[in-house]
Amino acid sequence: MDFIGAYSIPNLIFILKGFLITLEVAFISILLSFVLGTLLGTLRYTRIPVVARLTAIGVDIIRNLPLLLIIFFMKIVLPQIGISMSPFWSTVVGLTLFEGAMISEIVRSGLNSIDKGQIEASRSSGLSYIQTFRHIILPQGLRRMSPPMVSQFISLLKDTSLAIIISLPEIMHNVQILGGQSFNYVIPALILASALYFIVNYTLSIIARRLESKIH
Amino acid sequence: MNKLLRTHFLLILIVVVAIVFTGCNSKKDTTLGAIKDRGKVIVGVKYDTKLFGLKDPATGKVEGFDIDIAKALAKKVLGDETKIQLKEVTSKTRIPLLQNGEIDLIIATMTITEERKEQVDFSDVYFKAGQSLLVKKGSPIQGLDSLTKDTKVLAVKGSTSATNIREKAPAAEVLEYENYQDAFTALKAGKGDALTTDNAILLGMQKQDPGYVLVGGTFTDEPYGIAIRKGDSEFVSTVNDLLKELKDDGTYDKLYEQWMGVKPE
Amino acid sequence: MGNFDVMLVFDHWDRYMAGFINTIQISIIALIGSFILGAIIAIFRIAPLKPLNWFGTAYVEVIRNIPLLIVVFFFYLGLPSLGIELDGFVSGTLGLTVYTASFIAEAIRAGIQAIPTGQTEAARATGLSYLQTMTHIILPQAIKIVLPAIGNQFINLVKNSSILAVVAGMDLMYYADLINSDTFLPLTVYTFVALFYLVLTVPLSYAVLYMEKCFNIADN
Repeated sequence: MDFIGAYSIPNLIFILKGFLITLEVAFISILLSFVLGTLLGTLRYTRIPVVARLTAIGVDIIRNLPLLLIIFFMKIVLPQIGISMSPFWSTVVGLTLFEGAMISEIVRSGLNSIDKGQIEASRSSGLSYIQTFRHIILPQGLRRMSPPMVSQFISLLKDTSLAIIISLPEIMHNVQILGGQSFNYVIPALILASALYFIVNYTLSIIARRLESKIH
Repeated sequence: MNKLLRTHFLLILIVVVAIVFTGCNSKKDTTLGAIKDRGKVIVGVKYDTKLFGLKDPATGKVEGFDIDIAKALAKKVLGDETKIQLKEVTSKTRIPLLQNGEIDLIIATMTITEERKEQVDFSDVYFKAGQSLLVKKGSPIQGLDSLTKDTKVLAVKGSTSATNIREKAPAAEVLEYENYQDAFTALKAGKGDALTTDNAILLGMQKQDPGYVLVGGTFTDEPYGIAIRKGDSEFVSTVNDLLKELKDDGTYDKLYEQWMGVKPE
Repeated sequence: MGNFDVMLVFDHWDRYMAGFINTIQISIIALIGSFILGAIIAIFRIAPLKPLNWFGTAYVEVIRNIPLLIVVFFFYLGLPSLGIELDGFVSGTLGLTVYTASFIAEAIRAGIQAIPTGQTEAARATGLSYLQTMTHIILPQAIKIVLPAIGNQFINLVKNSSILAVVAGMDLMYYADLINSDTFLPLTVYTFVALFYLVLTVPLSYAVLYMEKCFNIADN
């Protein structure tokens, strides 16, 4: 193991550059999967006959597949039927679909956990179904969902590492290239990458805990 | 605040959908036409193969024999060798990426084979390699004959070497990795007794780490070709013209010697 | 769409099956391993002994916050530096075990803490040791609460085992890559792989749903 050689300035910059891409991919995917997840979760909650059913099937298929396979599909298989994207967007779209499906489950159970009595009360006080949903159900549901949602975002950040198989130049890809220079760099590079992931994710998990204690 | 966030989400969503769908219908009929419209050649190359295409972490540059051929092509087609865009491919991903239209051509240590000819078109041979073995210095393995059922051979997914070694040494266990960097790291970590691929690639690895040596000579012919989308004969002949010019004016020999350290045979 | 060939799955049935069975094996071994390890870590976290608490907390916080890929690479590429040689299958399964244990530990801890402390005190008062109280009184009840969470982790294990493809771990995804190299038909090859994964994960996810409903009814 050669920590001094591995942590030379150009190597550190190289790893950090990779981590920047990791964060970029994660940030965009978090926003998009939040939107998609809320949408899908709400659709399932509404119980509109055909729509809710189709959403359920789609969500169940996506969330039961390995993300590695989904990302590979986005980059290598989808183009075969005419849709091609860069490694960056393949990863973003793959992550958004998968994590969106996971988040939709969080949203659905968050909405389901709201007391039905409240809904009836607000309906009888003259609010429409959509008004009830927007002003009564959604705000409460979102508050309850936020801790599991943040855990899901932590997973998402970790999952960006799977883009290594489509050569996205994120941090793990760069760790691999550094490790290829000398076997003595492998462990130092892995430790550095772990530290970077840990710092960001641990901060997120502290935020999640704060949210949780606020709710209870 | 809430409202602002919501409009932003929507905006990003629209942008993404737009990007996804504009990406769909960008396929042009001829590669040459597409290149000229775009003003740039998009080449699929290796980023992990010393001597052919290797990314240097310090500079971020990708360098090698394949890269220099790509530059010469850009010079021929567009008059400027800097008008290239490199995209990283692995043996596993290169054919789908070419078929998808994401890259114009593959210059990535790719052996011409009959099976691959059904998927893509090839230029004339631009490099003659042969499959060999890389082992740790002092290893008891001296060639194909030493590969028994107790030996593990490392190879790369989607490479001809992986297929060949199963025929040449049917007893040995073969383990396949995503790319050459992975496979070489696995060899260094002791995951296998030998690494097999083309001698020229192995030579690059030996230069990276002199603790490893090539043994047993070559046991296959691996003629490298430049791969072009199937049916695009116009572009095939452009590339073949280029290769001929490079050989005639001595550039090819110069590049070969610069990277391989020896004159071509 | 001329590039979809249904017969491919039969032509390469042996390799699909080899990968499929390995994926099941990897998932089951890692599930058992991570349950045992997770239970130990959970007990560490709540045991009345500070150093154990610290160790348990450090384990969970560190492992949960780094990608599985790194954990697997540490076992695959890191251990040889210490003179321990493991192949992709073993080090991948170990990596999955260590990773998943951190999640199971948290689930078990939450389960244990859901049980009223009065029970622990009562058990201790009747003369049971701390360990006996845990194994006989608290854990059996906690398991009922955490079973659905563990079911979810099993589903995650099946999906996450695909990472072994990167370290030549002989799982379903690894074999798919090999079939793809021979056939050049990624659409077919990976669609069937997706189906094989769904055959495992969809029934499991319904089982978890059923468990959740069951225990909810029992509680009310």
